[in-house]
Amino acid sequence: MAGIVGYGVYLPRYRLKAGEIARVWGMDGDRVSKSLLIDEKTVPSLDEDTATISVEAARNAVEHAQIDAKDIGAIYVGSESHPYVVKPTATIVAAAIDAVEDLTAADYEFACKAGTAAIQTCMGLVDSQMIKYGLAIGADTSQGRPGDALEYTASAGGAAYIIGRRDTIAEILDTYSYTTDTPDFWRREGMDFPSHGARFTGRPAYFKHVISAAKGVMERNDKKPRDFDYVVFHQPNGKFPLNAAKTLGFSKEQLETGLLISNIGNTYSGATPLGLAAILDEAVEGDLILAVSYGSGAGSDAFIIEVTERIGDKRNQKTVAEYVNRKEYIDYSLYVKYKGKIKGVALQK
Amino acid sequence: MTSRVAIIGTGITEFGELWDESFRSLITKAGTEAINDSRLEGDEIEALYVGSMSPGLFSGQEHVSSLVADHAGLKGVPATRVEAACSSGALALREAYLSIKSGEMDYVIAGGVEKMTDIPSNSATVALMGAGDQEWEAFKGATFPGLYALMATRHMYEYGTTLEQISQVSVKSHENAALNPKAQFRFKVSLEDVMNSTPVADPLRLLHCSPITDGAAAVVLASEEKAREICDNPIWINASSCSTDTIALHDREYVSRTDAATRAAGKAYRRAGIKPQDVDFAEVHDCFSIAEIMAIESLGFCKLGEGGRFTEEGETSLSGSIPINTSGGLKGKGHPVGATGIAQAVEAVAQLRGEAGKRQVEKAKIGLTHNVGGSGGTCVIHILSGDLK
Repeated sequence: MAGIVGYGVYLPRYRLKAGEIARVWGMDGDRVSKSLLIDEKTVPSLDEDTATISVEAARNAVEHAQIDAKDIGAIYVGSESHPYVVKPTATIVAAAIDAVEDLTAADYEFACKAGTAAIQTCMGLVDSQMIKYGLAIGADTSQGRPGDALEYTASAGGAAYIIGRRDTIAEILDTYSYTTDTPDFWRREGMDFPSHGARFTGRPAYFKHVISAAKGVMERNDKKPRDFDYVVFHQPNGKFPLNAAKTLGFSKEQLETGLLISNIGNTYSGATPLGLAAILDEAVEGDLILAVSYGSGAGSDAFIIEVTERIGDKRNQKTVAEYVNRKEYIDYSLYVKYKGKIKGVALQK
Repeated sequence: MTSRVAIIGTGITEFGELWDESFRSLITKAGTEAINDSRLEGDEIEALYVGSMSPGLFSGQEHVSSLVADHAGLKGVPATRVEAACSSGALALREAYLSIKSGEMDYVIAGGVEKMTDIPSNSATVALMGAGDQEWEAFKGATFPGLYALMATRHMYEYGTTLEQISQVSVKSHENAALNPKAQFRFKVSLEDVMNSTPVADPLRLLHCSPITDGAAAVVLASEEKAREICDNPIWINASSCSTDTIALHDREYVSRTDAATRAAGKAYRRAGIKPQDVDFAEVHDCFSIAEIMAIESLGFCKLGEGGRFTEEGETSLSGSIPINTSGGLKGKGHPVGATGIAQAVEAVAQLRGEAGKRQVEKAKIGLTHNVGGSGGTCVIHILSGDLK
């Protein structure tokens, strides 16, 4: 059975306070923070993009898994901010970690859930014995239109998972997906920023899919919320995962370890994989985890994961908490510079 | 000419963000419920009036008179769309009433519908501003929250009305909405919640403003002769009146008064042969909480300038001397603009039939509905009662 052999994460160093964004747009920062449950978000530097974040996370994952990168037979990078429209991010990662040339690779896009879709693909290849190890990455440097509500949360970060059959620190007992065609959030070819359906992104989009996927995987495995030690949901803001947990009957205690949004923002494809990594950082043998991603468009992937005895000897040394606490604050003007939002600048990327 | 006109059937959908409902499904549901309630067959309906403010901007759909007749299974029936901004519903009811009064018709259905959540809220705000003066208000940047904020500011300046008193309207509306299973916001809010909610247009805050809502309502009307034959609890329309005012707020003599409502109310009271104090309850147009205060003054339930204090003293609550907006009003029940005027009539009928459940007003004999278009450019009033002994 496929499971997690190792994982690695990466978050950029820069942070921007929600209050600083509110100040620029003449909004009440405290009110915004309270309503979205967001304090600050990560900001990628000028030389950081989805490829560099993916490489950092992949290197940490290979190191944690203690495997030879040459044994990786497949790499999938899930993101909605791939640096190239045509040319894969996955090959950049493959070259950087020296997993070339005996492998298959591709980029995935499914809004915020492409990373968990990559995990599912790797599970299939591993369980069918087509490959020994698969590398699944979810990473983004997401775009928030200046002045839009999403600007408070759209951030950057990623996580990488080595999926294999042997020496797993956690078994993936089951995965179930719930998918419809729901236009709640989109970005068309050539557009700098995404569009969204405002309140339509809630009940008929996020909640319908997250709750249906969670219920679906629990029902077919005869599990109840109380059977789980931890739960992690996609976290576009602080309120949505809290409400999803409440609706399904999970406690705040089950949710809080994987709830990173208030300190790092919404890392899009990285969000659920990062939340899961924060849980694995402290989970112990026998712990049962429910992880449910959400991608606009729309769909949710739900996973039931059981931690094995190997986790005690194989603790990840580069924890999520370390990256969360490694930070340097910038103001809005540096933020727009680093995000490339100033047009017509000389000697800039 | 028939002497009187009765409401013999009502229907109303749930109000809210109804992502799974369309313009046509909403009005068809409400209309079917109303026809079933009247115990008529669809082919007995002789005419259809539908109030809708801006289906073109909200859904890209015009020619909704034909659309509604078609999808309600009433193909062939003469159908008319009535538009007077947020008072489209009551004006459709009035046109239906007049068609029976004229002697041409015996059975007529009047509906109101708006599907507002298919577009982003900023686009909805632009669509709603169509109810104002495009050249002199909208082009200069005014929005409806802004216009009502001006009215609130002036009312506070002239009469000493406080923000607490204006907020008390919202508290009361939510208390009633919590008892209405069809309402968009079925929960209570505290005075503190209202006072601390997000600022919208100073001094108005979010909880002083009615929401963007999907919903529909319908009523079936009959001539007195037919109503007597087929209905054992007809509710009579004792008066239907309409008055207009300048469309632009700045052209009015008094910004803190709604004179169209005062004039329409005067006509309605004379026609019904009653005084304001004879009214047992009223559904008024609280698109913003300040509007309810101005409404109860124009309707004569309290003196000019006293609306705030009157509300603060609890006179307009469910157990007060004149319960206002037992349905939850536009604030609590929701405000699908074209449907609102008809929904007010549906609530009045429920009260007069004694079918309002937990929000039933004791000894409800005479009810009044007050529906306003724009910032007061149109006001339509109806006075309803059962058989008075």
